Amino acid sequence: MALSKLSNLYRQVIMDHAKHPHNNQPLPQADHEIELRNPTCGDVLTVQLKIQDDKIIDVAYTGTGCTISQASASMMTDQIKGKTTAEVEKMVLGFSDMVLGKEVPDMERLLGEAAILQSVAQFPARIKCATLAWKAAYQAIEESENDD
Amino acid sequence: MDKKMNDLLEDFPILKEMINDEKLVYLDNAATTQKPKQVLDTIRYYYEHDNANVHRGVHTLAERATKQYEQVREKVVNFIGGNDPHEVVYTKGTTEALNWVAAGYGATHVHAGDEIVVSYMEHHSNIVPWQQLAAKVGAKLKYITLTADGQLDLESAKHVITDKTVLVSLCHASNVLGVVNPIKEVAQLAHQHGAIMVVDGAQAVPHMRVNVQKLGADFYAFSGHKMLGPTGIGVLWGKKELLAGMRPLEFGGEMIANVGLYHTDFKEPPYKFEGGTQNIAGVVGLGAAIDYLTEVGLDNVTAHEKSLSKYVLPKLQKIPGIEIYGPSDPDIRTGVLSFNLTGIHPHDLASALDMDGVAVRAGHHCAQPLMKYLGVGATARASFYLYNTKADADLFINAILEAKEFFSNGSF
Ligand SMILES: Cc1ncc(COP(=O)(O)O)c(C=O)c1O
Repeated sequence: MALSKLSNLYRQVIMDHAKHPHNNQPLPQADHEIELRNPTCGDVLTVQLKIQDDKIIDVAYTGTGCTISQASASMMTDQIKGKTTAEVEKMVLGFSDMVLGKEVPDMERLLGEAAILQSVAQFPARIKCATLAWKAAYQAIEESENDD
Repeated sequence: MDKKMNDLLEDFPILKEMINDEKLVYLDNAATTQKPKQVLDTIRYYYEHDNANVHRGVHTLAERATKQYEQVREKVVNFIGGNDPHEVVYTKGTTEALNWVAAGYGATHVHAGDEIVVSYMEHHSNIVPWQQLAAKVGAKLKYITLTADGQLDLESAKHVITDKTVLVSLCHASNVLGVVNPIKEVAQLAHQHGAIMVVDGAQAVPHMRVNVQKLGADFYAFSGHKMLGPTGIGVLWGKKELLAGMRPLEFGGEMIANVGLYHTDFKEPPYKFEGGTQNIAGVVGLGAAIDYLTEVGLDNVTAHEKSLSKYVLPKLQKIPGIEIYGPSDPDIRTGVLSFNLTGIHPHDLASALDMDGVAVRAGHHCAQPLMKYLGVGATARASFYLYNTKADADLFINAILEAKEFFSNGSF
């Protein structure tokens, strides 16, 4: 009964991503890599990017974590592949606003399937789980920009 | 059973709170405990009738505030089996107390090449201050290992503690493994080698009768908020001669005997440590918490928690795919139960339980070295206290079963 509320958070798509995450393997050709830790639970996630001409050529992640962090990482990799770094930065900020419960213009177009994680906004304790992979991608891109 | 034990639920207004449309089942007592009306009322009464700064005014109100502040010192010392109120230093909690020992005592008594000994089951607040100290003075930090079922390994302690050891610091009770450590035996070992025994009592004082002298402790730290008291108040008990040789860390008002232009004489312990205006209301609240626990009886609290853990542990052990950390015998366990369910991350489990109103902790419990030692990233943890009931235990078990169903079927 009470768990019906739980299915607002754990939608089927989210469960599927967590069970069978996409791009969940090392990326040998990566040129940028960021490891981030969720300080509340100790989960560690590493996001690897291959960036060429300001474009995400490939992306993958490794690490374990809860359903939300895994699904979010999986969706993030799907969504940012092929995008420019500027686009991805915008997506990450939009994603972060979304899970904080803020209005995000054009959310579905901006975030694609990852927009389903909007439900995390109702579970404030889980926001950090959802944003971990996105933050890592953002930091990896910032690092790449500092190289130039 | 005691009068108190039966109707004490009424003393905790928060337990009637609805959480996600369900009645709160509060099982995060190792993190912090709820406060009875008696504590809240005492703090309120203090502010409404007795509030003034202590040790400062000559006026009546200042005298009243000071008297209460000092009376609580006596309550504390009786509560933990000490004999001199001047051996009780108020701190903001266990963390501050341990940091003060490391920086105020350790910095002048631990030298290059000396060894500091802790164990693998320590809270970060009983690891990081020693790491900092060791790095600063060039000492070595060593760890006592655990037995396969998560108890302190006394054999290991005998090897790790040597003539080079100057300080041993252990938790009295673990905030993860639900065990009580043989402090007395370890203190004897430490003393045989000329080392002092520091004890992190954060998870012990709220739950069992503690006697710092019988334990052989040299310093003993605990927090008010884990024993029905307010946040921001705790205690460092220390032997007089050790407190005398310990440097204060807060310089300013209150703690001085005489201030010249270039030199200041400090007061005697404990006053030299209590610089600036203290958490007076916190002290008063701590006193009320001690009164409350004394009225209920610490032995009753221990017995109640034991009976709950005897009730819940076998039910938990029966759940397929569960791993429970620490000994499987409830007779040697406290009310702290850490566990994992195969295939369900503790974060997900805690969110699911929360939907049923059941508050548990998920994470590393400020014990990352222990998590690594156990080979897990995180665990779920339920921790029981005197106001928890068998009904709470049943709701907890049912919530786990529901969550397990939810996550393994995915039928929603
Ligand atoms: C065993 C142990 N030691 C130390 C602490 C730190 O206590 P506090 O945060 O009150 O300073 C805790 C509480 O989290 C604990 O469980």
